[in-house]
Amino acid sequence: MSFPWAKHYQPTSEFGKYMDSRLPLPRFIYGALGAGYPTPKNLNYFYNFGVLAGVALVIQIITGVVLGMHYAANTGIAFDSVEHIMRDVNSGWMIRYMHAVGASFFFAVVYVHIFRGLYYGSYKPPREVLWLLGLVIFLLMMATAFMGYVLVWGQMSFWGATVITNLFSAVPIVGEAIHTWLLGGFAPDNATLNRFFSLHYLLPFIIFGVIILHVWALHIPGSNNPTGVDVKGPQDTVPFHPYYTAKDFFGLGVYLTLFSVFVFFLPNALGEVDNYVPANPLSTPTHIVPEWYLLPFYAILKAFTTDFLLVKAKLWGVIAMLAAIVLLFFLPWLDTSPVRSNRYRPLNRIFFWIFVADCLVLGYCGGQLAVEPWVRIGQLAAAYYFAHFLIIIPLIARFEKTLPLPNSISESVLAKYGKPPASGSAGTLGGTAPQPAE
Amino acid sequence: MASETSVSAASGAHGDGLPPEGERRRDFLYVATGAFAAVGAAAVVVPLVNQMNPSADVLALASIDLDLTPIQPGQAIVASWRGKPIFARQLTPQEIATANAVDIKTLRDPQTLAERTKPGNEKWLITLGVCTHLGCVPLGAREGENRGDYGGYYCPCHGSQYDIAGRIRGGPAPKNLEVPTYAFKSPTSVTIG
Repeated sequence: MSFPWAKHYQPTSEFGKYMDSRLPLPRFIYGALGAGYPTPKNLNYFYNFGVLAGVALVIQIITGVVLGMHYAANTGIAFDSVEHIMRDVNSGWMIRYMHAVGASFFFAVVYVHIFRGLYYGSYKPPREVLWLLGLVIFLLMMATAFMGYVLVWGQMSFWGATVITNLFSAVPIVGEAIHTWLLGGFAPDNATLNRFFSLHYLLPFIIFGVIILHVWALHIPGSNNPTGVDVKGPQDTVPFHPYYTAKDFFGLGVYLTLFSVFVFFLPNALGEVDNYVPANPLSTPTHIVPEWYLLPFYAILKAFTTDFLLVKAKLWGVIAMLAAIVLLFFLPWLDTSPVRSNRYRPLNRIFFWIFVADCLVLGYCGGQLAVEPWVRIGQLAAAYYFAHFLIIIPLIARFEKTLPLPNSISESVLAKYGKPPASGSAGTLGGTAPQPAE
Repeated sequence: MASETSVSAASGAHGDGLPPEGERRRDFLYVATGAFAAVGAAAVVVPLVNQMNPSADVLALASIDLDLTPIQPGQAIVASWRGKPIFARQLTPQEIATANAVDIKTLRDPQTLAERTKPGNEKWLITLGVCTHLGCVPLGAREGENRGDYGGYYCPCHGSQYDIAGRIRGGPAPKNLEVPTYAFKSPTSVTIG
């Protein structure tokens, strides 16, 4: 599980010894998050985002459980019960805004976390299962966020539910039956709202379970690092506590500050005004858009406007949107380059940033009305999305001339600060610089 | 029992009292237990899955009567049926001519206006107001709404365009606007459903 030089837990008190032979929870935490978990010593702030995502989930669960005490999942009163939370429940406005803004922040943090993994090659062996579990979490998050958004029962809730559940009706033959089964009717109604509430309450705990597997899978090989080079010895690592607990707490402070700015000063900046209009099954808003974090996938869904190859445009859109996510599951086997980090992959690094730009363009097009030039730009961006994974990445992996890798993390870190790797002299930076924990 | 004892005696090498190969009594018990558990699980899963299908009260939605008298030529109204909007439109003679002038071989979902209306009542076009793409309500039934490039209905969600006969002409939708089951009760009223 850990490196051979990991420190072992030593219970100090009598009670500690008593517990250690009965329920060794302190030993478990010591080895997973404490001084007993050696971690690469060169992790930068992008490595905070996993912990931040975990905190974001906990905030969602706590605020969500509280909101559930005041919310009523019935189409007649759902919208009013949300307004009741906003106006009448003590601090209800704050709790609801924390939950709504928290969802956006959760996705923002997870997107940074995913792109961090893409940049430093964290999906490559031996961390493929870790990557796959992360994608499962991402899928569960999207389902949870979608169903939570429907609970408000505003116009965007209703029409978002209509559009997304209709995706399933594109399936040949059984599509319409699946669609009716999901809704419990022929259009979103009380049955739909009730089951979405039930599942929205359930899924975060399933996410929590998959996160435990995700962290477990992380702790087997240990964290990747910005060089992408494997840990070679004790000089490459520092104990997780206090080094990364301190670094994570600092990052958490920044995160919560930004979170508070949005909760208290910009609570609706990331949402859609149309969702403050009660759901009306007879009138579609002029412009249906999902929340910002789903826009790139929505743009891919919209990219197919004509039938081809005997498949209807509608089914193509659904296939493409699912494929955009499913492709990510195959990434560890599409990118066969032995070098993990983009620091040493000059060509791949360029295409990484083009891919980031492509995702932003997709997101922008997803938020626009279905008119030119956004339809055409969205189509090109969607085509590039697939080309990136299916053509560009495999080709780069074959033909790229990578830069020489450092011999070790330690060498890379010391070279950065102008120290010759083998000197071992601490004098060059002012004599009494504190040494890392031995 | 007697035959079993004699078989196990013949296969003394194993020491577990069982024949070295072939079907053992325990194999049968494993398969029987597994099969019984699978059938039992299926018997529980079926109602657990089926409970999500529309309940009896949802299925029991009655049909509706729609009075067509207030609809002037060129106008449409929106009614609600099974929780979905219904568009009822009275076509003008020019609109009927426009719809019939289209070569249906060029259509994505080929249908003539006559196939989408009742004989003798071609001027009454009654369709679901549900885009066949992802279920939005198309614009064009109410006064002043965008009716798209083909003068019928325009779906604001993903840009599907329907012509004056409610047939799909552009955008991602696969089918024409659905025509519900309905019958004329009198020249100016219909029963839908």
